Amino acid sequence: MAKAKKKAKANISADELHKYYREMLLIRRFEEKAGQLYGMGHIGGFCHLYIGQEAVVVGLEAAAKEGDSRLTSYRDHAHMLACGLDPKGVMAELTGRKDGLSKGKGGSMHMFSKEKKFYGGHGIVAAQVPIGAGLALANKYRGEDTVTFTYFGDGAANQGQVYESFNMAALWKLPVIFVVENNRYAMGTSLQRAASTPDFYTRGEAFGIAGAVVDGMDVLAVKAAGELAVEHCRAGNGPFVLEVKTYRYRGHSMSDPARYRSKEEVKNVKDNQDPIDMVKEMLIQGGHSTQDDLKIIDKDIKKIVQESADFAIASPEPDLNELYTDILV
Amino acid sequence: MTINILMPALSPTMEEGTLAKWLVKEGDIVQSGDIMAEIETDKATMEFEAVDEGTIGKILIPEGTENVTVNTAIAILLEDGENLSNLNEVSSPVAADKLEKTITLTENVISKDIIEQSTKISNKYIESELIPDGTTFTPTTVRDALRDAMAEEMRSNDNVFLMGEEVAEYEGAYKVSQGLLDEFGDKRIIDTPITEHGFAGIAVGAAFGGLNPIVEFMTFNFALQAMDHIINSAAKTLYMSGGQMGAPMVFRGPNGAASRVGAQHSHCFAAWYAQIPGLKVVMPYSAADAKGLLKSAIRDPNPVVFLENEMLYGRTFEVPDLKDFTVPIGKAKIWREGSDVTLVSFGIGMQYALEAAELLEADGISAEVIDLRTIRPIDYDTLINSIKKTNRCVTIEEGFPVASIGNHLSAVIMERAFDYLDAPVINCTGKDVPMPYAANLEKLALVTTQEVLEAVKQVTYK
Repeated sequence: MAKAKKKAKANISADELHKYYREMLLIRRFEEKAGQLYGMGHIGGFCHLYIGQEAVVVGLEAAAKEGDSRLTSYRDHAHMLACGLDPKGVMAELTGRKDGLSKGKGGSMHMFSKEKKFYGGHGIVAAQVPIGAGLALANKYRGEDTVTFTYFGDGAANQGQVYESFNMAALWKLPVIFVVENNRYAMGTSLQRAASTPDFYTRGEAFGIAGAVVDGMDVLAVKAAGELAVEHCRAGNGPFVLEVKTYRYRGHSMSDPARYRSKEEVKNVKDNQDPIDMVKEMLIQGGHSTQDDLKIIDKDIKKIVQESADFAIASPEPDLNELYTDILV
Repeated sequence: MTINILMPALSPTMEEGTLAKWLVKEGDIVQSGDIMAEIETDKATMEFEAVDEGTIGKILIPEGTENVTVNTAIAILLEDGENLSNLNEVSSPVAADKLEKTITLTENVISKDIIEQSTKISNKYIESELIPDGTTFTPTTVRDALRDAMAEEMRSNDNVFLMGEEVAEYEGAYKVSQGLLDEFGDKRIIDTPITEHGFAGIAVGAAFGGLNPIVEFMTFNFALQAMDHIINSAAKTLYMSGGQMGAPMVFRGPNGAASRVGAQHSHCFAAWYAQIPGLKVVMPYSAADAKGLLKSAIRDPNPVVFLENEMLYGRTFEVPDLKDFTVPIGKAKIWREGSDVTLVSFGIGMQYALEAAELLEADGISAEVIDLRTIRPIDYDTLINSIKKTNRCVTIEEGFPVASIGNHLSAVIMERAFDYLDAPVINCTGKDVPMPYAANLEKLALVTTQEVLEAVKQVTYK
């Protein structure tokens, strides 16, 4: 159970860096726009933003292949964007419109895509963990070599069902990667106040599950660690616990003023560890892009996000008869 | 074009707030993520970040202003190359982008009758229950009928598998899965650790992933640990995904009181599950129904909660010798036709209903006995048609009295057949107490045939 803190910055192509830059920027701009639309009343209820954590899902999606499954908690917009879903469909679900991915009936926390094998979007903390193990069971049952990326937070990592799942996943050698997105706060409770042992990557040890921890602000390190985990699972070695240390810049949800941490703490991460700035720097320092090149990308992303917002506001609300559809097949 | 910065809603319920403090001034350049202001909401003081980049052209609402309505323009942002003269172009100063209130349900009252909807859904999958003339029957226990149903469905569909505690090597805690491990192997008959919450969730995941799991709970009392996955994960996903994916699976096992096992092992959950849209709930009485309904449940593309009863496992009934005998979900069965009173029940409650009907016949009272068999969706039509004939109704179940299935039936009967009733409907139920252990008290806590007889006498004024 080595502590694999990989920094694989060599041998990375400019194309790849550009790709990660674009994908992370899309998530950040999308989330900022979602926050704005929430403020304007276009998005209701709860809205949990992913700003700051972009490298986690972008890095791990880079380690996935066609046919792999993924699922996560209610902080799910980024996971959908990262697996290639149209931002318009995601944003229209946030606004509760008929063109949303769930026809407006799921909302921010409950989105799914059969096409992309994105299995939610789960509003109940840690419920996705056994479900992810079950998806892996289905893959193994059919003899496929696909893996399931099961994302959950440091808060969920304390739920009992996580350990029930660890036990069965190890017992049955299920090809599932348990990704602990450790952003240091379970809503407003810091890791130190909630977890008796803070090293989540070791939490599978009692079940004989291999684990590793990685800097989640470094997209290349995340990708490398993801590849390690994927290789382990595809080779039939059973599950893997990957702890990804990350940070969320915004509150738990839109209405959280985040009084439980200091402004300096947030500023320090933003200034020194920002995952997008890190890639930006590599692109410029490596001579792959100029500031102007990146501005073109920024503009393009901004346009995509604005179009998704316009689409999400213009899309009509669901027909009233949708109230009674999709209850039973 | 200049951009209006609007007063944001920063909680699900906020309509107005105080602009406590500006952290930028006119002429400042802001970038996405920069904190521009502090805003007091109905819940807390929040920082307000910039989304668009540009220069603060004009602050429209000074700090300290209270009761600023959500979506009021509070400042104007100039984009690249714009200057203050562009401000003249701003035509709509305050609350320009104020949203029209979205539709309210009161304006668009859904006039459809919920019961009609429910019936409509139920009818969608009704197939006929065909027992051709000349069919022979074999006496079979409920236990074996359940096993046969699973075996037949597993033979015809490789995606069906059984998981649960002691289902494989032990052959079922109540011996329902006898012989299945031998025939299907440990890939499809899976012993789980004693972790209901976890394995129910795993089964839901397998169903999302395209398999058809049958989850055996050693008893439904233990399914309380798995309730979140049955309700939140299995039942609601089809709706929440806009019809993209759901959980084609069966949760089955013994439910309700057995004998002398006390409060934690003697709970009937029929009314609990019956309340959940997105589930089908089946509770058979006879072996033929157990077999035919379980086969239908396994084939059903929805999550089905299949409530068995330990006391009935060893009971023998005639089961038709048909190659593929199924009973439609959502269809009640009339066990006895009668004219004076309708007795409606399901599951083990049927034994009291049938016994009472026989005793009543000796007294000259003709009772019609209906077995609901499915308690979600309920076959209301069969019940209502019977009451239109008998004008009296007694419901019978072993579960608790408050918010019982009987309570619900009474309400539906009142709504749909009030003018046909000659007496109030009476609900015979288990008593409103945790199940006691002592034999005499346990007997008292369950519904009894005597109580059914008394209820019938009351509604028939005899």
